[in-house]
Amino acid sequence: MSYLVTLTINRVPRTVELDDPRVTLLDLLRERLDLPGTKKGCDRGQCGACTILLDGRRVNACLALAISHDGADILTIEGLAEGQALHPVQAAFIAHDAFQCGFCTPGQIMSAIGLIGEGQAGDDAERVREGMSGNLCRCGAYRGITEAVLEATRIMADTTQEKAA
Amino acid sequence: MNRFEYVRPRSVAEAVAAAAIPGSAYLAAGTNLLDLMKIGVARPERLIDLNHLPDLDIIEQLPDGTVRIGAQVRNADLAHDPDFRQRFPVVAEALLSGASAQLRNMATVGGNLLQRTRCAWFQDTASACNRRAPGSGCDARGGENRMHAVLGWSEHCIATHPSDFCVPLVALDAVVEIEGPAGRREIPLADFHLLPGDTPERESVLAPGDLVVALRLPAEAAGFAAHARYAKLRERTSYAFAVVSAAAALRIADGRITEARLALGGVAAKPWRARAAEAALAGATPDAAAFRRAAEAALAEARPSGDNGFKIELARRIAIRALTLAAAGTPDRLPALPASAFASSSTPRPRGLHV
Ligand SMILES: Cc1cc2nc3c(=O)[nH]c(=O)nc-3n(C[C@H](O)[C@H](O)[C@H](O)COP(=O)(O)OP(=O)(O)OC[C@H]3O[C@@H](n4cnc5c(N)ncnc54)[C@H](O)[C@@H]3O)c2cc1C
Ligand code: SF4
Ligand code: FES
Ligand code: FES
Repeated sequence: MSYLVTLTINRVPRTVELDDPRVTLLDLLRERLDLPGTKKGCDRGQCGACTILLDGRRVNACLALAISHDGADILTIEGLAEGQALHPVQAAFIAHDAFQCGFCTPGQIMSAIGLIGEGQAGDDAERVREGMSGNLCRCGAYRGITEAVLEATRIMADTTQEKAA
Repeated sequence: MNRFEYVRPRSVAEAVAAAAIPGSAYLAAGTNLLDLMKIGVARPERLIDLNHLPDLDIIEQLPDGTVRIGAQVRNADLAHDPDFRQRFPVVAEALLSGASAQLRNMATVGGNLLQRTRCAWFQDTASACNRRAPGSGCDARGGENRMHAVLGWSEHCIATHPSDFCVPLVALDAVVEIEGPAGRREIPLADFHLLPGDTPERESVLAPGDLVVALRLPAEAAGFAAHARYAKLRERTSYAFAVVSAAAALRIADGRITEARLALGGVAAKPWRARAAEAALAGATPDAAAFRRAAEAALAEARPSGDNGFKIELARRIAIRALTLAAAGTPDRLPALPASAFASSSTPRPRGLHV
């Protein structure tokens, strides 16, 4: 039996036919939709490398069954930049050397966007570290990551204010 | 992962009927179930998806002040609900000390209650495990078992229940609403999970097809809001299961405890309500001596199930910590590290640990 799943991925509606209900969102993106930016670290919810935004919320794509998320809106690392213009969180990661090998980075960036959207951490470094604890970094780039998230939080707050003014 | 049939019911009645067929399992977020399916520990033939059912994701306050939480409410949504966290701050703190932000955005109330033990032998299909394969033995006995139970265990199984959320819930007299093939019933959370005895494979009172539809917290549980804290000891600062944990809730009037609630996590196959400790605290002045007596009472029956005698003293100390924090008063805003032993309003944080 096959199943039709309709998803909006990086603002583009896509209908996918699944021949197997076992496919996770992570495998769907990487193996079937040519979007390998989202990484597979542990495949068990333990590292955060697979973080995406699902209906605007950060989640672990490795523990989400694609078939169960019919109709969902998905944002991945590939959907952030607009042309050559990087997303403020991407730019802040570069400015603060917030990575070394880069494997955890797409997950870190998606998680940071989720965190900033949740609005619980603000400019408190300790709350940022706690809020980002679901994303492990084997290279230990945590100091740069925290700085980048704090800076992006400030920049995004300023931009929102300008837009409102 | 074994192949399964995927079923998307349109109503609770359809879900219950589908799940009553042997080999079925409910799929909530899947953060525990899919994980166990990937490693071959869970092998359901049929997944009944709860994610498209109407009305299971609602938090409502009933006329008598009871709060009713639908089984599909996400852990993060409950913890950040302004009314809920104001009335039941200790539940919010426990939720926010569990897993990661990503997992809390996904994980549901029902799934958290019914998550399986993190016993490493349970998760390894090559090991003997009475809980996974009844009658096969228990490789945790005599194996690596420092994280295992110190209360309520049996020769057949020494596993613990890993939930943080359930600990304050059991302290606050939460009730579970169940819809099953035989109709609707409700049961106190204190009686929901089963101790292993000689049937460790029976983890809760649920029968095949039974669906948890909601949880209720009685209005009077909000009466503890001014003095209610969760404390959790982990082997790293964040994103780790509890070694031991405690939820403490007090009512204090004229310098005396008029009513106390205490429950422990990480110590048994169920969230552990410490009623003897509560009785010892009633009428006492909230001071170190009273808290020590309560902690002694809470762990009076504890005994090691292996290399884990240290957990008994740790559990006493985490109980004292939670009671001390609760007596000091619930903070307006939760600390940056919810439930952490390293960040709290009454104890200064050791310098250099979290630069
Ligand atoms: C890396 C990691 C770290 C974690 N850390 C913590 C932690 O520190 N503290 C903590 O408390 N938890 C922790 N968790 C566990 C997490 O909280 C659970 O995985 C989650 O709560 C399960 O919810 P779910 O909706 O994903 O359930 P699912 O995985 O979908 O389901 C779990 C079980 O419950 C059954 N079920 C689900 N809903 C119902 C229902 N309504 N009625 C009847 N049966 C139902 C399912 O059939 C299944 O057997 C962690 C998990 C991971 C992966
Ligand atoms: S402690 Fe329980 S869950 Fe762990 S191996 Fe023994 S029987 Fe299985
Ligand atoms: S790959 Fe999903 S959390 Fe590690
Ligand atoms: S940059 Fe290498 S794992 Fe984080």
